[in-house]
Amino acid sequence: MNAFLLNINGAVRKVEADPAMPLIYVLRNRLGLMGAKLGCGLEQCGACAVIADGERVLSCVRTVSEFEGRAITTIEGLAEEGELNPVQRAFLDAGAAQCGYCTSGMVIALTAYLEAEEHPDRRGALEALEGHLCRCGAHADVLRAVDRLLADGA
Amino acid sequence: MAPNPSLLNNPALDDWLTFGADETVTVRSGKVDIGQRISTATALLAADELDVDPGRVRVARVETGLSPDEGLTVGSQSMAQTGNAVRQAAATARRHLLARAACVLGVDVATLEVEDGEIRSHATNRRTSYWELAADGPFGIDVDPDAPLKPRTALRHVGTAALARGLEDIVRGRPHFLHDMSLPGMLHARLVRPPHYHALLVGLNEAVVDRLGAEGIEVVRDGSFLAVAAADEYAAVRASGRLGAAASWELGDGIFSGDVYEGLRGNEKVSLPVIDGTPAEAPVAPLEGPPADAAVTLEARYERPYQMHASMGPSTAMATFDDGRLTVVTHSQGIYFLRLALADALGMESEAIHVRHAPGAGCYGHNGADDAAFDAAIVARALPGAPVLLKWSREEEHAWEPYGSCASMDLRASLDGHGRIAAWSHETYSDTYSMRPHPGPDGTGAARLLSARFLAEPLEPHVPGPALGRHVGIHRNLDPLYDLPEKRLVKHLVRDMPLRVSALRSLGAYANVFAIESFMDELAAKAGSDPVSFRLRHLSDPRGRAVIEAAAERLDPAGTDCPQGRGRGLGFAQYKNSETYAAVIMEVSVGDRGEIRLERCAIAADAGEVVDRAGLAAQLEGGVVQAASWTLHEAVTFDRDGITSRDWDSYPILGFDNVPVFETVLIDPGRAPFLGAGEATAGPAAAAIANAVCAATGLRLRQIPFTPESVRAAALQS
Repeated sequence: MNAFLLNINGAVRKVEADPAMPLIYVLRNRLGLMGAKLGCGLEQCGACAVIADGERVLSCVRTVSEFEGRAITTIEGLAEEGELNPVQRAFLDAGAAQCGYCTSGMVIALTAYLEAEEHPDRRGALEALEGHLCRCGAHADVLRAVDRLLADGA
Repeated sequence: MAPNPSLLNNPALDDWLTFGADETVTVRSGKVDIGQRISTATALLAADELDVDPGRVRVARVETGLSPDEGLTVGSQSMAQTGNAVRQAAATARRHLLARAACVLGVDVATLEVEDGEIRSHATNRRTSYWELAADGPFGIDVDPDAPLKPRTALRHVGTAALARGLEDIVRGRPHFLHDMSLPGMLHARLVRPPHYHALLVGLNEAVVDRLGAEGIEVVRDGSFLAVAAADEYAAVRASGRLGAAASWELGDGIFSGDVYEGLRGNEKVSLPVIDGTPAEAPVAPLEGPPADAAVTLEARYERPYQMHASMGPSTAMATFDDGRLTVVTHSQGIYFLRLALADALGMESEAIHVRHAPGAGCYGHNGADDAAFDAAIVARALPGAPVLLKWSREEEHAWEPYGSCASMDLRASLDGHGRIAAWSHETYSDTYSMRPHPGPDGTGAARLLSARFLAEPLEPHVPGPALGRHVGIHRNLDPLYDLPEKRLVKHLVRDMPLRVSALRSLGAYANVFAIESFMDELAAKAGSDPVSFRLRHLSDPRGRAVIEAAAERLDPAGTDCPQGRGRGLGFAQYKNSETYAAVIMEVSVGDRGEIRLERCAIAADAGEVVDRAGLAAQLEGGVVQAASWTLHEAVTFDRDGITSRDWDSYPILGFDNVPVFETVLIDPGRAPFLGAGEATAGPAAAAIANAVCAATGLRLRQIPFTPESVRAAALQS
C-alpha cells in the first residue's frame, strides 16, 4: 500500500492504495464515488470514463499512480452548487438513458468535448461518443440530447 | 378482456397501495424496473386516477413478502399486468376513500372534488384528505378489476412524455445500482470459472490457497465451484486471477463445435405442428406439393446464430447468510421464483430466504442475474455473518450467460395467378428459450442455476420439454398475422445443442418475423407487387394495416424520394399476434466494402392506450437499435475449448457511428388495453434491414449477421 494525493472534483484527497490499482477501484471503494461504472475492465466500453486535465480518460485499467498531480473530475463533480451541468440537464430532459449503466461515461465524454471545443458540432460529438457502448439502444435519445445541447450553443 | 393474473393472484388492495402519514402514496408492484420505465408509467397511472401530484407517488422496491407476486417481469407484459392492476387499485381506493369522505363530511359523494389528495365538497367548505382518511387503517378490501376509471379527458399525466424516474440520480452519479451497494463488514467476491461448461476442477495448488489465506483472502470451494472473497474489491479481483492460475481442470471432450446449423437439422428433435399459435401434440403433416392453382412456388431458408444479452454491467448479487437465514439482493426479473430455486438448491425453507430487487444494468431477458444470486449465496453460506457482494467479470458475463438460441427457418409458399398467397409452410428448428429458474417438479428451477452443475453434489442440467403455450419460445410469432388460406406451421425443439441458452428479448419472434417478413418481400417481388400493397392485400386486421400505412407515409419503401444508392425495407408484426402492432421501415446504404449503414428509420406502433410517450418511444427505438446490432454484427463464437466471444472486441455491437435518424409514430387508440412494447420491434427491424439491403443492392441476405464479409460473399454469388 502506498499513499497518494489525488485532486478530485476540486479537492485534494489522500488515499492508501496498491500502486497497481486501477483508478476506478480507488474512486468507488476508497472515496465512495460510485458514478463511474466498471463495465469491462478492458478499456472497451467507456462506462468508467472520468475527466483528467480536461481530457476524457478511462479509469478501469490506468493505475492510480498515473493520476497523481492531475485534476480529475468525476460525474459527481459536474453539478455546481447542485445545478446540473448542461450535459446532465440535456440527458435528463431527453430521457437519454434506459438502464443508465453506461450514462455516466457518456455524460463525461460529452462534457469533456464541449468544454474543450470552441465550435462543437455533431460530428465532433459523435467522435466523442465513440467507444461508449450502450446495450439498451438509448442511442436515439442520447443523440436528441446532443442536438439539443448544440442548438442551445452549449 | 382476459382477467389480469396479477389481480387474481394478489387481490387485496392493501398489497398494491398505501397512503403514508407524510402525505405520499406508495405503489407496490411485483414488476421490476429494468430500464423499461415501468415505475414511471405506474406512478403516472396512480397519480392520475387518484388526483395526486406524481411527486407524491413512491414506487416501492420489489421484495419477497411485501410486494405482490407477479411472477416474472417478462414478455412485454408489465403494462398489461402491473399497469392495469395499479390503475384499478387506484380507482378502487379513490372510490372507497371518497365514500368515506362523504360519510365523514356528511355530504353527497357527488359533491366531492379531489385536488392533489385533498378532498373538498362544493356543498360545504369542509375538507379532508386521503391521508387523514387512510390513517384509520388498512383498506381491507379487494381491488375491483372493474372499478370505473376517470374519463381520458380528465387525465393530466397519462399520455404525456414523463421524466424518467431515477434518471436524475443516474446523471448525478449517485449510487443507484446494486453494483454500488456498500455495507459495513461487506466482502467483495469474485469467481474462478472453469474453462468451459464440461470442465471439472481436479487440482488446486494448496500453497496458493494458504498464501491467499495469510493475506486475509477467503477461498470458497464446493466441488468445481471456486470463489474468493476479500474486504477490498481489487484484492478480490487479483486473488481470483492467482487462484485461477493455481487450478487444474479435467477438460473432457470439450464443447461440440461442429456447424450449429447442421446440428439444428441433424440432431434428435421433438417436432410439433402449431395451430393458431399453439403447438398440438399430434404428428406433423408432411409437406405436400404445391396446390393445383399455384402459379409460382418459392422456398427459402433463413438462419440466426447464437446471440447474447451482453449486459453492460456484469451480473452481480449481494447475499448475507446469518443465523440460518439468507438475504439476497438481486437484479433478477423474478424474485419469487428465484427464492424457490435458491431454497431448493441450498436445501433451505423458502421462508428463511428474503429476496429483494435492486437495479442492475439492462438485461433484455434471462441473463446472468439469477446465476449470480446463487453464486453469492454459496459464498455467503460459507462465510456466515458477512454481506457478500459478488460480481462477475466481463469475460464471465460474455462466456457464461444463457444465450438466445440459434435457429433455422424453412419457408415455402405458392402464389396463385392473382398474386395472392395460396399455400404457406414454415418450419422453425431451434433450442429452448425457457431455462429460467422456474419452480417445477424435481427441483428443475434449482438445476437451471448455472453453478448447480459444478457443486460437489451437482444437480444435473435440466432438459426441458417443448413449450406448449400460445406464442411462446420457438413458436413465438411463427403464425403470421396475414390472412392465408392454408398454413402448415411446425416447431422443432432440437436436442443436444452445444451452448447454454434461455430467454433473450422476444424469444423466437426475432427469428420467425425476420424469416416471414423477408419472405413476404421475396413473394411480393415474384408477384410484381410492392412491399406495402402486397402485405395489405393479405392483411384484414385494421390496427395492423394502420401501422403499416403510418410507417409508409413517413418513409415509403416504394417511394421515388429514396436517394440514389439507398434502399428501404419494411418489416411488420403484431407481437405474439395479441400484443403491440409494429411496422419498421429502414433506409440503408451499402458501402463498397459491404458495410451496411442505417440512414433513416420510421417506426409506427399501436401499443394500446399510451401512458408514458417518452418511455414507449424509447422501448420501440431501443428494440430497433438492439435488433439492428444483432442483425448486423452479432454471433457467439466458440470452439472445443470454450466460448471465444469473451469481450467487446470479440463480440462487437452497434455503436453511435451507425444509428439511423428515427421518426417514431405512436398510434394511440384511446381507452384500450395496454399491449407492452419492449419486444415488438426486434423482429420487424431485422426484416426491415434485410429488405432494405435487397432494395439497395439486389442481394438477399438470409443468414444473420449481415457482416461486410457476408455481404461481399452474397455479391460474389449473385
